[in-house]
Amino acid sequence: MDVQVSFTLNGKTVSAAASSATLLVDLLRNRFGLTGTHVGCDTSQCGACVVHVDGASVKSCTMLAAQVDGCAVDTIEGLSGDGELHPLQQAFHEHHALQCGFCTPGMIMSAADLLKRNPRPSELEVRDWLEGNMCRCTGYHNIVKAVRAAAGAMGEEGS
Amino acid sequence: MSGGMGIGASAPRSEDRRFITGRGRYVDDINLRSQQYAWFVRSPHPHAELRGIDAGQALGMPGVTAVLTGADLEADGIGPLPVAWGITSVDGSPAVEPEFPALATGRVRYVGNPVAVVIAETRAAARDAAEAVNVHYEELDSVSNAVAAMEEGAPRIHEAAEGNLCFNWEWLPSVMAPDAKANTEKALKEAAHLVSLELVNNRLVPNAMEPRASLADFNSATGQLTLYTTSQNPHVNRLLLCTATLRMPEHKVRVVAPDVGGGFGSKIYHYAEELAVCWASRRLGVPVKWTAERSESFLGDAQGRDHLTRVELALDAEARFTALRVDTIANLGSYVSTFGAAIPTVFYAPMLAGVYKTPNIYVTVKGVFTNTTPTDAYRGAGRPEACYLIERIVDEAAAQLGMDPAEIRRRNFIQPDEFPYQSPVGQLYDSGEFEGCLDLAMEINGYAGFDERRKQSEARGRLRGRGMSFYIEACGAAPSQAAGQLGARAGLYEVATVRVHPTGVVQVMTGTHSHGQSHETTFAQIVADRLGVDFSNVEIVHGDTGEVPFGMGTYASRSLAVGGSALVKALDKVVDKGRKIAAHLLEAAAGDIEFGDGQFRVAGTDRQVAFGDVALAAYVPHNYPLQELEPGLEETSFFDPENFTFPSGCYICEVEVDPETGVVEIRDFAAADDFGNIINPMVVEGQVHGGLAQGIGQALMEHCRYTPEGQLLTGSYMDYCMPRADDLPSFKVATRCTPTSFNPLGVKGCGEAGAIGAPPAIINAVLDALRPLGVRHIDMPATPNAVWWAIEAARSGE
Amino acid sequence: MREFNYYRAGSVRDAAKRLAAGGNAMLLAGGMTLLPALKMRFNQPSELIDLAGINELKGIKLSRKGAHIGAATTHVEVAGNVELRAAVPVLSQVAESIGDPQVRNRGTLGGSVANNDPAADYPAAALGLGATIITNKRKISADNFFVGMFETALNAGEVVTEVLFPLPQRAGYAKFPNPATRYALVGVCVAQFKSGVRVAVTGAGSSVHRLEDFEEALERDFSPGALEGIPVSAANLNDDMHASAEYRAQLVGVMARRAVAMALD
Repeated sequence: MDVQVSFTLNGKTVSAAASSATLLVDLLRNRFGLTGTHVGCDTSQCGACVVHVDGASVKSCTMLAAQVDGCAVDTIEGLSGDGELHPLQQAFHEHHALQCGFCTPGMIMSAADLLKRNPRPSELEVRDWLEGNMCRCTGYHNIVKAVRAAAGAMGEEGS
Repeated sequence: MSGGMGIGASAPRSEDRRFITGRGRYVDDINLRSQQYAWFVRSPHPHAELRGIDAGQALGMPGVTAVLTGADLEADGIGPLPVAWGITSVDGSPAVEPEFPALATGRVRYVGNPVAVVIAETRAAARDAAEAVNVHYEELDSVSNAVAAMEEGAPRIHEAAEGNLCFNWEWLPSVMAPDAKANTEKALKEAAHLVSLELVNNRLVPNAMEPRASLADFNSATGQLTLYTTSQNPHVNRLLLCTATLRMPEHKVRVVAPDVGGGFGSKIYHYAEELAVCWASRRLGVPVKWTAERSESFLGDAQGRDHLTRVELALDAEARFTALRVDTIANLGSYVSTFGAAIPTVFYAPMLAGVYKTPNIYVTVKGVFTNTTPTDAYRGAGRPEACYLIERIVDEAAAQLGMDPAEIRRRNFIQPDEFPYQSPVGQLYDSGEFEGCLDLAMEINGYAGFDERRKQSEARGRLRGRGMSFYIEACGAAPSQAAGQLGARAGLYEVATVRVHPTGVVQVMTGTHSHGQSHETTFAQIVADRLGVDFSNVEIVHGDTGEVPFGMGTYASRSLAVGGSALVKALDKVVDKGRKIAAHLLEAAAGDIEFGDGQFRVAGTDRQVAFGDVALAAYVPHNYPLQELEPGLEETSFFDPENFTFPSGCYICEVEVDPETGVVEIRDFAAADDFGNIINPMVVEGQVHGGLAQGIGQALMEHCRYTPEGQLLTGSYMDYCMPRADDLPSFKVATRCTPTSFNPLGVKGCGEAGAIGAPPAIINAVLDALRPLGVRHIDMPATPNAVWWAIEAARSGE
Repeated sequence: MREFNYYRAGSVRDAAKRLAAGGNAMLLAGGMTLLPALKMRFNQPSELIDLAGINELKGIKLSRKGAHIGAATTHVEVAGNVELRAAVPVLSQVAESIGDPQVRNRGTLGGSVANNDPAADYPAAALGLGATIITNKRKISADNFFVGMFETALNAGEVVTEVLFPLPQRAGYAKFPNPATRYALVGVCVAQFKSGVRVAVTGAGSSVHRLEDFEEALERDFSPGALEGIPVSAANLNDDMHASAEYRAQLVGVMARRAVAMALD
């Protein structure tokens, strides 16, 4: 059966019909062409597909499209407003926190959720938080560094 | 003039912006009008006769276009998947290379072996129909372990391979070194100390985060096939498609490897799936796309390592190494993958001298077929296996002799004044400063403070251990003639075209491929540095056989050493031509023109013309030496290196073991590497970090396991343990530099170092921690379960 | 994933009615276990009844009886509730130890106990604290609720609405995660009440269960040392490539001692 969903996608109201079995990630990639959200596994573990639903990070491969009816969904494409990079994006760039780039959108979206809850995470807290995001290129060293640098930059901005 | 981003600058990467904003373009992001989807029917059995395939029900399902099988493949004259490197056995016979059809005919030989492919209008329809294809299998006995496969009475996997032996290989071969075997045996017999170990190098799954994907688009009107595929080397894929499998003229096939989400070796090969979608698209006249699910990657991507080795080291009374004998059994899986026979042989044995002056070395390797997914190159490819056994046995010797692990290494190092050094296993090392690297690693580790740290750990109920390793590896594959003599069926040069546009901006078309390596940045740095143009005015183009000249791609840490060198040569040609144009513009002799900082200048004067003006003159040749020079400013160079390059380095690792649970935690990891000259230190550090993480994964977590019969036990991230952020420490990395003389950049390569050097350092550290409990041996991965059992066994005196 | 009918229930009553209507309908809470299972085609429901819109299933309330947590309350809500953390810190510890942040953002208490995965964390907390599982039909004590592997006392058409956790004097949860899945290889919840001590272990066997020997020892002396030397039989414990049964038996003892230490901390 098809379900009709209406939701806010990166700030804009959208609606679509999707089969009941459609996953959120497939709706985003195939219906809306938002291919920045990736699929790296089929067991809900790699985190390449992390987006925000109502402000909280979720794995979009483990949500039905039907479940976001009435919700606000934000993806990597919506993170930087007006061409200005989000501090996390800027920090990932400056600290070489990405190599092949495949895990990066999910990694950034996950980290963005962390910084909302914990604006000054320790190295250990960043590492613990990112346990749901796999990266095979960087050894996480520069990712952790970038997340903490972004936290610092956002702290300065806020003060 | 380079915009501050010349050679040696930690330039932030040009490629980042598209990835951090979600606008990368990976294969699965590409969709074509009318495209259909492929789903593979795969064997659930490790070994079975195919008695029949009934696709009737599947063909009747909604949206299903076709179900294709091995019989269709044969009927269409599609060739088997090629082997690109041949190996010769001790007796002079070639390795057994059974035909590996993309879709099985006759027999299936591993779980996941493709049997048929369903093409349908949606991915879901293709998947549903694949489940409805009725395959009649007659199961056969099967075997996954290489030793078991060699035993008498083991199931025979290929008719041509008696005892499941693909090859029985020796190094050096007796024709090259008739005395190597006898001399090694004699030295072992006469040794003052003899140390031996039996070591497992655990099978791994590469697990690039982007699963493989291929999208083929055959245009029946033009006869042109375009393949978008997750490849590290699109020209190699095209060559193999055109010559071995699909058999189309090369000019009619374009292979595009767009953004690729990591490779680590697993995306080198010409796989069944990419061939099948090309063939299906040509047959059906529609674009056909396949994207692997991760569980398919576990079955279908070539896997790495899987060796069992007996190694013996002879030492004299002063702890100097006198001989090394290595006897390895390599599990090749069910077929010989593209480089499957070369990795455990010619990419392995020639590195077995390590950094030590061991005069006598003799190696034998048996390559064995089993009912498992084929193995091939995975980050390091043969060199991690070599380094692991050398550095484990050297440490074991130190432990048995009661020596400091640093001291035994110092005593045996090849010294800086001994280069060039001809190793007894055939490599000519040109450079290195092994003691310098050792000292640097000890310094950043804080070697002297270890005893104090060990006490602190003990106070918390933890056992602290320290381990060291010293690797050397052969990068920059490869000198083509040498590779050819060793069995390579392809050349291994690299190519670059430098296209200077009329405004002076520069495009480089490189035959290498960047899937995380940062070529778009580092290659641009070389151009900015050499031409004095701004870094932001350089673009690196790669990954499209329609745009770049025929290059061999990226693997074996070759891109900068070989591809970067081709680029330098092409840049030299551009400067040479520019000098002639400038001489004309400045009315001077070409021999008097100097080039620097982006200016061509008459030596000893202030008369100069900017690089951009020279470029403009080349394309608007109003005032131009047309009699002597062609217009335009575009040059291509090919570079075939005279030798491999030899990066080396020392890693020191400190671990804490919880004796109650067996948990090993890395408390400190210090890496001191010698990569020769460095273009971008930040990028190099990133490569080291990534390599270390994979090395740590191998040592402590990752293990691709099968049942004895060949059912894959670790078929997803639910069972295959991938390193995550909270499993790893931050790393301390530093470099020293002895440039190589084998290429114009003096660079050696850094992509695989971490994965090569880390595993023995970690296992040495774990054993150092556990020796007080009586534990003398542990295999990788040293999981909590394995460590606890090792402690238990030592306690009960087993 | 194969198609099914998707239904968003407006109330518990509504959900229960759909569930009882026949076919192979299943409840969808956070979906953190169900959706991966559907992706792997392990189940084939005719209908998924989404509980997300039912407000009566959400919320955390403290009373003299204990902590009342609505079945649809997410792990992150449990972990982040300040009053709850003050009253029963062990519940926050358990919630924090589940999965990864994205799982905790979606996964729910009710989903976890109703699924009764043999390696899940909440069943250990529920059994260890002697919780009462409240459904639309009745109240079931944790001792009677967790029946076996993926098996509970729930009848067809029954919906978990709330779990009531009594407040212990002190309690701790020590988890040894499976290095791949991060589920519990072994997790032990220890809770001391005036009436006695309860010890529940997850991950070790076919289902969460209590450890009577440990409970008796801790009733005599609530200290990690009291558990030293008490043998744990490997006979009925799980044995897989990540942990042999003997190793799990070892971990049961170690995690139990660490849970006691946490309770005393």
